Amino acid sequence: MQNKFPLWKNLLILFVVLLGAIYSAPNLYPDDPAVQITHESEPIDEFVMATATDALRAEGIEFFGEAIDGRSGIIRFSNLDDQLRGKSVIELAVGGGYFTALNLAPTTPDWLQAMNAGKMSLGLDLQGGVHFLMEVDMEAALERRMDNTVSTLRQLLRSERIRSRALDLEEPNLIVARFDDEESRSSARALIRESFAELQTVNREQGDNFYLDMSLTELDILQMQRDTIAANKTTILNRVDSLGVSEPVVQQQGVNRIVVELPGVQDTAQAKRILQRIATLNFHLEAAPGSPPSSYTTYDYEGMLIDVSNEVILQGDRVSNVRSTLDQTGLPQVAINLDAQGGEQFSRVTRDNINRLMDIVLSETKTRPVTVQGENGEMITEQETYEEKRLISHATIRAALGREFVITGLTTTEANELSLLIRSGALAAPMYFVEERTLGPSMGAENIEQGKRATVLGVGLVVVFMFAYYRMFGLAANIALGVNLLLLIAIMSIISATLTLPGIFGIVLIMGMAVDANVLIFTRIREELANGLSPQGAISAGFDRALGTIMDANLTTLLVGIVLFSIGTGPVKGFAVTLMIGIFTSVWTAMVITRAVVNLMYGGRQVKRLSIGPYV
Amino acid sequence: MAMLERSFDFIGTGRKLSIVSAIAVLISLGSLLFNSLELGLDFTSGSLVEVGYSESVDVAEVGSLLSAAGYEEALVVAFGSDQEVLIRMPVDESLSEVEMAGQLVVLGESLLATLQAGTTAEVEIRRLEFVGPRVGEELAESGGMGVLVSLGMVMLYVGARFQSKFAIAAVVGLMHDVILVMGIFSVFRIQFDLTVLAAVLAIIGYSVNDKIVVFDRVRENFRVLRKGTPAELINISLNQTLSRTTITSGTTLLVVLAMLFVGGDSIYGFALALTWGIIIGTYSSIYVGSTILLLLKVTKEDLMVQAKEGEADSRP
Repeated sequence: MQNKFPLWKNLLILFVVLLGAIYSAPNLYPDDPAVQITHESEPIDEFVMATATDALRAEGIEFFGEAIDGRSGIIRFSNLDDQLRGKSVIELAVGGGYFTALNLAPTTPDWLQAMNAGKMSLGLDLQGGVHFLMEVDMEAALERRMDNTVSTLRQLLRSERIRSRALDLEEPNLIVARFDDEESRSSARALIRESFAELQTVNREQGDNFYLDMSLTELDILQMQRDTIAANKTTILNRVDSLGVSEPVVQQQGVNRIVVELPGVQDTAQAKRILQRIATLNFHLEAAPGSPPSSYTTYDYEGMLIDVSNEVILQGDRVSNVRSTLDQTGLPQVAINLDAQGGEQFSRVTRDNINRLMDIVLSETKTRPVTVQGENGEMITEQETYEEKRLISHATIRAALGREFVITGLTTTEANELSLLIRSGALAAPMYFVEERTLGPSMGAENIEQGKRATVLGVGLVVVFMFAYYRMFGLAANIALGVNLLLLIAIMSIISATLTLPGIFGIVLIMGMAVDANVLIFTRIREELANGLSPQGAISAGFDRALGTIMDANLTTLLVGIVLFSIGTGPVKGFAVTLMIGIFTSVWTAMVITRAVVNLMYGGRQVKRLSIGPYV
Repeated sequence: MAMLERSFDFIGTGRKLSIVSAIAVLISLGSLLFNSLELGLDFTSGSLVEVGYSESVDVAEVGSLLSAAGYEEALVVAFGSDQEVLIRMPVDESLSEVEMAGQLVVLGESLLATLQAGTTAEVEIRRLEFVGPRVGEELAESGGMGVLVSLGMVMLYVGARFQSKFAIAAVVGLMHDVILVMGIFSVFRIQFDLTVLAAVLAIIGYSVNDKIVVFDRVRENFRVLRKGTPAELINISLNQTLSRTTITSGTTLLVVLAMLFVGGDSIYGFALALTWGIIIGTYSSIYVGSTILLLLKVTKEDLMVQAKEGEADSRP
């Protein structure tokens, strides 16, 4: 029979539409603002929840849906203001050791959650928050690494009694050593090749001097950059965690950039300060008695004045892992692991300095506003960058230490703090903000409102037009358009795409363009009717002959979508994703849904005239 | 044969309109060259702060308040309502990246403090954006690259699926569209930001779609109709696809105009570029593409040969 789908095909279509409905449904349930309570080590119990809820009641803050979910507790609020006030009240009530974080709690019914149906997350432009792009200073990272190598080389040559006239970092990637004779140079070269496999060595003579040039290969520099950015990303992740933000994004972008997105964050200055804290960690020895004052710095450590030698024996980026643990007798300690080179370096230094004191210094680059007098005598506020150094550990070296060592003699709190400071304190290389976008929550709500209005108006106009122009066929196209929207949202929810404002407008644009496939089919059918084909024949020929054109037209648009996706960042990428998914759903719904509806209307019976608007 | 009541002489009109097109392209190129584009923050780098007041505020007052506080370079403009202002600040090139980053950390706070001190109204920072100098440069580069790569891909695809003359006609038409859209932004000094760039790329996608539908019909008629000169056949094809071209442009324009009128300020440039681009793209699909095809002396053989080879190949 002509223009009738077999039953299995209709059932399959129904099934796909049903899946679309199920997987787009979660978007109908808006999240509740919530506060999440967690503890460092222990699960949250009823007692903690009762403390928190009592405090909220005492303050008269409305809440609901308090529940324990796994190891953490969740308390829901009806609006963002209550959530913010609630967070500080809970923080005060439950006390130390507990962390509170702003969160969004899903309201999706259980059966939907059981089917793994989630919703699209809202982009920063729709819910407010901060977007940062941070760049790692790779030049500085290289220089620091080479500085480190120079100081190790000096110790190595000294301990092997090889005399060098000079040993300096002349360029970011060039260490030059000067020797008096060929013999000491060649033994130095052999030694360096053995201990520093990554260094390329080149002999050079100039005048009476024998030089040895040392540099890293391109490959090693690339490896170092990869390690550096990975280490920085970890540090940033730790810092973001300490901000207590729900669903933060920390992603690498390109070779030297990290994207940080903090939805819903209101105190952006605080966030920036914590993220940008340019801190470095250095291990020093305590200055030997009688050292010249220029060779050491004095720090205040728990009320004592400690003279710390300026020479760095180990840099913080050699630390690969830190944790606070308990020793066999149950006393708290901080266990530190170093990377291979750090371990070697550390064992050489500590071997010669048993029973001396080792100090760990944390230095942070910060900024502060200062008021200065301008040219015309007025007061101007300027920002000043300064370095703040702090002694965070002062401990005796008991034995020659290797890649793994522990710092003991601490209280539990001290051990926790120290491990946190070492772990999250140091960035492997300095980072700068190269882009920032902050959007207040009211702007986000406004954007959603405008997006909604434009969608309803735009799609509404198209639906009215299609029905007015193509009548019953227009109705079929409108049903297909509805399914198209449903499937588009379902697919975006399944891949948990982020919905941004350009993304919403991408959807609207797609809806406008999507009718194109239907228009192509309908004009074909009208032409075939005008050519004298029977209504049934025209429907069949119209769908078949339009297919090639639809494919060609949409494949090229898809190509452009791919380009847009690969060059775009953030919101533009979101727009490209919408465009590409939309092309697939548009073609599919036009060829299958419109056809199915038209078949149901006209298929398998005698038809005299099609309701497709005026023809002939 | 297909008989339609209305038949327009698109080819004749196209010849006359090609002068208009050429002049418009020249004006656009001239403006882009000498007037350049009013690039948005995304490309120029600098800071942008949108500030909301609880009561109406005088832009000039905010400006003098800021310059008194040391922000001499700050440019204050009214935005949206009389309770909102937009403050733009260029990047201070003399600063190192560390110093820039340091300034940025407190920019929002210190700006808010300065503004709050000068008014009794409540001040709120609604949006703050900062784009560093290198990021902006890279973005502009990758944007230009994107346009070129898109055009190249379209050319390859159309060349493979149709024929090289069609590929040239498509790309010339697309370049015409891109130049005229960017031209309007340049002539009227409308801000060109990242979303407008995305719109330009979307227009390439939309417009190529339009052109391919026409080409598809031209190819079909070249193969099927026995009589007629290339000009006549192209004119028939344009008449046959006219209703589809206008309806699709119409529905897409409907949604884009909805965006333009109710979508809000942040999407204005995007919607404007799309509106203008759809109009230009529709025009060029009808007139520019066909004129170029005829200029390149497209013949039936251009498409026939390919088809015969295909048939011969498919036989064992």
